[in-house]
Amino acid sequence: MDSTQFSVAGPRDYFALLKPRVMSLVIFTALVGMVAAPGSLHPALAAIALLAIAVGAGASGALNMWWDADIDAVMTRTARRPIPSGLVPRAEAAAFGGFLSILSVFLLALASNYVAAGLLAFTIFFYVVIYSMWLKRLTPQNIVIGGAAGALPPVVGWAAVSGDAPLEAWVLFAIIFLWTPPHFWALALFKSGDYERAGVPMMPVVRGGRSTRRQIFGYALILAVAGLAPYVVGMAGLIYLAVAASFGAVFIGLSWRVLKAADDDFGSAKQLFAFSILYLFALFAAILIEQLAGLHG
Amino acid sequence: MAEPQNANTPSPSAYGLSPEEKKKRGQRNIAIALALGAFIILVFLVTILRIGGAVAERSF
Repeated sequence: MDSTQFSVAGPRDYFALLKPRVMSLVIFTALVGMVAAPGSLHPALAAIALLAIAVGAGASGALNMWWDADIDAVMTRTARRPIPSGLVPRAEAAAFGGFLSILSVFLLALASNYVAAGLLAFTIFFYVVIYSMWLKRLTPQNIVIGGAAGALPPVVGWAAVSGDAPLEAWVLFAIIFLWTPPHFWALALFKSGDYERAGVPMMPVVRGGRSTRRQIFGYALILAVAGLAPYVVGMAGLIYLAVAASFGAVFIGLSWRVLKAADDDFGSAKQLFAFSILYLFALFAAILIEQLAGLHG
Repeated sequence: MAEPQNANTPSPSAYGLSPEEKKKRGQRNIAIALALGAFIILVFLVTILRIGGAVAERSF
């Protein structure tokens, strides 16, 4: 069948390929990186740079959906995505993602600098090739290592403004990097059947729920401490410290409940999953508010 | 009785798109036009903001 001739996919279906919800988190964390970075960028150029980062993230999402269409088709969470639902042909998703990847990197280079553009290109490469193509089907450490791709946007945003990527930018990277395992493993605990059917070696599938719960708690401890780092390195103030400490304590508390819950009890894991999104948002929002209110930096 | 179709027989849709296919194609075309237009404006804006009045002072 000539898929382009008979396609009933609308613009909304192509937009769905960009994983809009992931894109919104990328926009937010990259914005925080941009605001926290020293130096200045014309507001219009900053907005265009942010758009380029968002499109780059979206493009890597489309390439991920192209590569993982077989997995998405058998998982309830992803079966309605544009490719498994038959709306967008795989080849078109690949072309769409590839084209937008190149466009976004060039646009970021034009609007800001080559360091930021290079980091965005690396982010896309890491997410598509290292995570999607290589690690995802290979090891239960897939989302641990692959989490680097999701953690890079604030570094890209920082570099877009300052032209470099100093320690402070990597502190923001570290928070998202350490946040990724407990966030995704909480999800994987109550969706492990899905992952098992799809043949994805997520931690609960390979090592079992008990080991996953222990590891979630371990990461929660490290994350709660790492969450304080922006204050320690002097890039955030007392408001941030209060937010990071209190939300970190709740994160540990919820992870403890996940650890102590029975193997067939997923209520605490669902709670932790929901809270983990709020946790990341709260910490980055605190940095943003402090910077915008002139309370720090 | 329906004729069995072989690979060389075009499907009925090849002779004309269904109203739904036409509508979606129109929407895709408009979206591509808008995206291209937006990209052109963005590159123009970046050029003006980064080079601005210094465009004549560049050494080639």
